[in-house]
Amino acid sequence: MNATAMATAAPAQATPTKNALEVRNLDFYYGKFQGLKNVNLNIEERKVTAFIGPSGCGKSTLLRTLNRMYSLYPGQRAEGQINFYGQNILDPKQDLNLLRARIGMVFQKPTPFPMTIYDNIAFGVKLYENLSKSEMDDRVEWALTKAALWNEVKDKLGQNGMSLSGGQQQRLCIARSVAVKPSVLLLDEPTSALDPISTGKVEELVHELKKDYTIAIVTHNMQQAARCSDYTAYMYLGELIEFGSTEQIFFKPTKTETEDYITGRFG
Amino acid sequence: MQMNTSPLYRSRQRTNLIGLTLSMAAMTLGLIALFWILFVLFSNGLAALDISLFTQDTPAPGSDGGGLRNAIVGSLMIVGLAVLVSTPVGILAGIYLTEYGDSSKTAEFTRFVTDIMLSAPSIVLGLFVYAIAVATIGNFSGYAGSLALSLIAIPVVMRTTENMLRLVPGSLREAAFALGAPRWKVSTMVTLRAAKAGVITGLLLAIARISGETAPLLFTALNNQFFSTNMERPMANLPVVIFQFAMSPYENWINLAWGGALLITLAVLVLNILARVFFREKVRA
Repeated sequence: MNATAMATAAPAQATPTKNALEVRNLDFYYGKFQGLKNVNLNIEERKVTAFIGPSGCGKSTLLRTLNRMYSLYPGQRAEGQINFYGQNILDPKQDLNLLRARIGMVFQKPTPFPMTIYDNIAFGVKLYENLSKSEMDDRVEWALTKAALWNEVKDKLGQNGMSLSGGQQQRLCIARSVAVKPSVLLLDEPTSALDPISTGKVEELVHELKKDYTIAIVTHNMQQAARCSDYTAYMYLGELIEFGSTEQIFFKPTKTETEDYITGRFG
Repeated sequence: MQMNTSPLYRSRQRTNLIGLTLSMAAMTLGLIALFWILFVLFSNGLAALDISLFTQDTPAPGSDGGGLRNAIVGSLMIVGLAVLVSTPVGILAGIYLTEYGDSSKTAEFTRFVTDIMLSAPSIVLGLFVYAIAVATIGNFSGYAGSLALSLIAIPVVMRTTENMLRLVPGSLREAAFALGAPRWKVSTMVTLRAAKAGVITGLLLAIARISGETAPLLFTALNNQFFSTNMERPMANLPVVIFQFAMSPYENWINLAWGGALLITLAVLVLNILARVFFREKVRA
């Protein structure tokens, strides 16, 4: 764990860092209830940022503001700024479909669409690109390979996506998000419904994907955050308590709340 | 064992016996009624079920033999057109209610009206179509019959579509939105597809419902003694033929009415079985 953290931290200093997303003074409301309180943080390009904290602390809420998923529900609103490569996505004029095509999301429970494995991947691609049959075939293979699923499904692309096992379904969902070539991937507890072996595969995948994508992951599993993230944010009751490199958060937390949570004294 | 002879135990057993007897009696009564109907239908209708039923038209008063060819074709056309009209309208309205309107005032009002339509007596709907599409044009027609049946089918399709779409988990919708899909694409390509089996089931039940409706057709399609595929004119159809023939003095007419009744019942039975098969597939998936 230590070794991988060091190894990934080293090249970061060599290249100048760039933020994919900058969250500024973000407040979030579910009706009258305030779910997020003045959150400020940067999500660095091509790094994995993990959000940890007890249930109800607002980490999923924060993730759902990053692709404006909350806008599907009347009564939910966000105030403040979220800059996505300099552009404030909380702007009411923001094209939500375009935004979500650039900031993909994978959910807690696998959600394969009721169609073939091939069409599950092609669905999102067809929305924004007009590919020929052979280009689409290549894209499907590419996405499934990226999600480490190609070898398991290459002979049954015509089968219904729901026929796969839970772990395979979740990788299919990741492949589906990757296929549209977003620049950011949001993972909302992607392994909480999976067995340890599938979890391991998804974590390896996260490692692989951060070469090309910026990743934000919400997790209940602190080992997971420690294993696969570069930066960690600890949240509690809608507030961002501490944010820093994963190494610093796990080994030298500056706040006692963070330390209590990480050492298991609380949470 | 000795405990079981206690007065409390015996009184509980007595109550249980009474409850069981009452519910069994009620169930038997219901089943007897159903099987009685089927028995009478089969014993009278089977004799009329032969090839001439499908090859000959309804006979003139006093003539021998005859069949129901014109009525069968007429019913198929009238019901077919009604289904063709009510399927898209009902499904799209159902999509509106779940995916777009949700809890808006318009959607609530639509639901309220649909509930009224669902329980409206079919004779009232027939009378309405008579007033707007028969009295104004001046003649009865197959189109008017289809219109009346559509008014009965649309709310059924709409409500089942809505209920089935509601069963689709929100996470599936969110997953589609998360790829940047616009709402209409999410509704048609993902949500509707996930609820496909249930929606088809609702459709089949709506067809079963309208294929036996008589009252709305009496005012609209009326009847036609001859074979006709012109939907602008009065058209023969099974329910009205049954209604007229069953009360006639001619023995061959009465026989044909039984044959027609059996035919409709069998058709509805097949539709119901199909609906069950579809729904079972959904549960398995």
